[in-house]
Amino acid sequence: MPTSPSDEIRTDFQSIILNLQRHWAQQGAVVLQPYDMEVGAGTFHPATTLRALGPDEVWRAAYVQPSRRPSDGRYGENPNRMQHFYQFQVIFKPSPADSQALYLDSLKAIGLDPAKHDIRFVEDDWESPTLGAWGLGWEVWCDGMEISQFTYFQQVGGIECNPVPLELTYGLERLAMYIQGVENVYDLDWDGVSAEDGGKTYGDIFKRAEVEFSGWNFEQADTDMLLGHFRDAEAECGRLLALETPLALPAYDQCMKASHLFNMLDARGVISVTERAAYIGRVRSLAKGCCEAWMGLAESSTNG
Amino acid sequence: MADLVIELVSEEIPARMQAAAGRDLARLVQAALTTLGVWGENSTATGLCAPRHLLAYVTDITASQPDRVVEKRGPRVDAPEAAINGFLSSAGLTRYELVEEDTPKGRFFFARSEIAGVNTAQLLAPVITDILTHFPWPKSQRWGAAKFRWVRPLHRINVLFDGKPIGGTLDLGGGSAIQFGATSCGHYFEVPADIDLIGVRSLDDVKARLRAGYVMLDQDERHAAIIDGAKALAETYSCHINEAQLGSYLHDISGLVEWPTPLLGKIEDRFMLLPPELLQTTIATHQKYITLSDANGAFSPYFILLSNRLAEAARDQVIVAGNQRVLRARLADAEFFWQQDQTRPLDSYLPSLGEVTFYEGLGSILDKANRMEGFASAIAQHMPAVDIAASVRAARLAKADLVTGMVGEFPELQGIMGGYYAAAGGEDTAVCAAITAHYRPQGPADDLPPTPEAMVVALADKIDTLVGFFGIGAKPTGSKDPFALRRAALGVIRIIVDAKLTIPLGKILDEAAKGYGFAAVDADLLPFIRDRLRGYLRDQNMRHDVVAAALAGDDGDDVCLMAARAVALAGFLEAADGSGLMAGWRRVSSILAAEEKKAKTSFAAACDPALFTPIEKDLFVPLSTMPANAGTIDAQLAALGALRSPIDVFFDKIVVNDDDPAIRLNRLGLLAMIREKMLSVADFTKIEG
Repeated sequence: MPTSPSDEIRTDFQSIILNLQRHWAQQGAVVLQPYDMEVGAGTFHPATTLRALGPDEVWRAAYVQPSRRPSDGRYGENPNRMQHFYQFQVIFKPSPADSQALYLDSLKAIGLDPAKHDIRFVEDDWESPTLGAWGLGWEVWCDGMEISQFTYFQQVGGIECNPVPLELTYGLERLAMYIQGVENVYDLDWDGVSAEDGGKTYGDIFKRAEVEFSGWNFEQADTDMLLGHFRDAEAECGRLLALETPLALPAYDQCMKASHLFNMLDARGVISVTERAAYIGRVRSLAKGCCEAWMGLAESSTNG
Repeated sequence: MADLVIELVSEEIPARMQAAAGRDLARLVQAALTTLGVWGENSTATGLCAPRHLLAYVTDITASQPDRVVEKRGPRVDAPEAAINGFLSSAGLTRYELVEEDTPKGRFFFARSEIAGVNTAQLLAPVITDILTHFPWPKSQRWGAAKFRWVRPLHRINVLFDGKPIGGTLDLGGGSAIQFGATSCGHYFEVPADIDLIGVRSLDDVKARLRAGYVMLDQDERHAAIIDGAKALAETYSCHINEAQLGSYLHDISGLVEWPTPLLGKIEDRFMLLPPELLQTTIATHQKYITLSDANGAFSPYFILLSNRLAEAARDQVIVAGNQRVLRARLADAEFFWQQDQTRPLDSYLPSLGEVTFYEGLGSILDKANRMEGFASAIAQHMPAVDIAASVRAARLAKADLVTGMVGEFPELQGIMGGYYAAAGGEDTAVCAAITAHYRPQGPADDLPPTPEAMVVALADKIDTLVGFFGIGAKPTGSKDPFALRRAALGVIRIIVDAKLTIPLGKILDEAAKGYGFAAVDADLLPFIRDRLRGYLRDQNMRHDVVAAALAGDDGDDVCLMAARAVALAGFLEAADGSGLMAGWRRVSSILAAEEKKAKTSFAAACDPALFTPIEKDLFVPLSTMPANAGTIDAQLAALGALRSPIDVFFDKIVVNDDDPAIRLNRLGLLAMIREKMLSVADFTKIEG
């Protein structure tokens, strides 16, 4: 074990989540549940994307979000890469003056005492071309390994964030692997219960899903159907935004769908390099429209 | 005289921005103090930057602005009373305080007032907030509810003048502000207590106070600590660091630490079977660790990583283990590709090159490989001591590694991996070496391909690229050269010149154009290559006028000959005969220019020997027997050099403007002969001075 968590801090995967939730609840965050749609990153959750813009002056939220990246699937054979994984996402608006200290405290809460490690903040500017969003910040290293993304949002959906939110993203599998001293993600202890007592590892729960979804993502998914779904989602999103009273949240659901369908099409290898930029542009214009509608700027959203 | 300290504490500044930030702050502070009039004769400004600290230290500025006299011209002394009263009220003076003075435009009233200089301390706050508000960060951000932008959230502004704090406020907007203070802070994890800056007397004093808080403010100091520490650590394992190579990323790693502590890591034995270039790329380029060589110069399994903590055995063990874990995952990836890629022979990757576009309109990489294979033998024919078959084979295989897993993950290993994979598949060693080195030279400082076969493939690759991009009109313009065609042309030139290849470049370009199905080589390409040759020769410290003279009017394709001509001409002009000849040349050309202007005609290079005196004959004989453009450039220049003395004697003893027009014309014809001969060797009109 590379680390020595104190006795009372449990390091199984679900305890890490529970401890992060408890820590951030104590800091005043609303603890939300994952959004019930396929997304590529925790940032897509409306609690981040839309609430980063408004309407609340103060917005604090924390949640786990499963992330789907179809092209990262490796049929369960790579010890570090999966098409489905978990992010723990924190959004604090306005960014607190002691943002870095708050973050470091959260590491203590999961058994990673900064005093016993070498923690660094290394430049990593964040940009999401599909969300029309960017921010400045760092990737956080612990003993040379990236364990979190730390970002001060500047823009979302092409709109300036005012006030500026702090976004923290913990890569839960990687963090847990380090804390547990495990080399293969599928060996992670999920529940802290021994195998004899029916305890489960990450592999027990997700390995089969990785194998099957990799097969679907790369080989089986019907590309004509995916293309059709993409067009449908895009059209429906546009229609909802063009209503006299735009329906921002349902429109944004369609935008998230379109984004995931694009990722699927990409994994199936049917999008050429030149088309790729055009698809990203189409999703971005949906996201922009949704953000504008959410903020009541709908009149300018129809031809984004 | 007093010193000024401005220290800013923020969250971590990106490593790549730190050096410039220090310089910019010092520069802006100096400019502002100069404008205030308090920058003194002995003033100096130093800027330093560490991850969370940015500092300017200014010495010897004046404690107050100098008193100034402000003068304002009023109306003429004979102006109407109303005008004078108007001036008085605007200046706030009485009539008796005005002075009268004569000017070229008449006698005028002047208002003179003495303005006492303000204490520097009182002037600083607005100047500093102005600098901070307009600081030139490459990228900046807002935070919280503030409107102010800085590279990352800014927390403290410490300003001290003559060791005493200066009050001031930076309004951040959105209802927040930073009050100027005099309290810095130490290492984030090592020293929670504040550091008092009151009473600082020198830059060394500031550095020492921060050093006591485990912050090395000065990047040079961090560099030295890293290099000295790494050297010492390496020595205990009988290894040494590669300082030159470390220099390329020392800034990156020193910008991530306030207090660098070198620690020793070890690569697992199983990974030592990987090629050293791959280990080097993974460990140094990607992970930014310091690689070591053992006593025999071989790649050592030990490496050095930096911790940003004070040394402490138990923690250091955790830090090393964590870093080794990251490296292990990276190397395991590399090992996977290394094994996976070699399950197939290199040539089995060729068909997949068909799916990789070389460039829109120039086909796939497979098309490129086919073209290179097609005209490699045309190049190889002119290469001494070459294995033609191996060259052609290498040209075919050179690009195959681009679709291997390893090069997909580590693009900088292109060519090198191909060489290894070719060897693993039993290809001839000459083929492997040619694949390895065919991307060379990658810049003016890069080595040339070391074998004749590698030169053939390198030339084929670069020439194919040049002909293709010129063929579709994608030529470099101004500073834009997105396909690195200048570098490709320079590579072609360096190989040809250094290997002294006599190669019909025009014909080779034609062959390359056939591969594309172009009707002809683009007309701009050869002139472009000749132009790069001029640039190359100038980069060899050759005088630009000598290069111009040697290459003027040459529309040929023999790069080696052109370079040789420039080198020979430069040498000739340095030697006694050459520089002496140039004195004669200047007289010849100025006399001819003057006379031809008068006569409104140019004189033919011909004369009648019957009219000569013996002295003229001594000049005429070598001139008329000199073979036209024959022999090597050295022989031609030697022949010109032999004219020096007869020309000198001629000008010493003979007057060109003889009273007899026939003799005069004959002598001008003789000078025209000199001109003709000299210009046939090089364009001496281009030589300056």
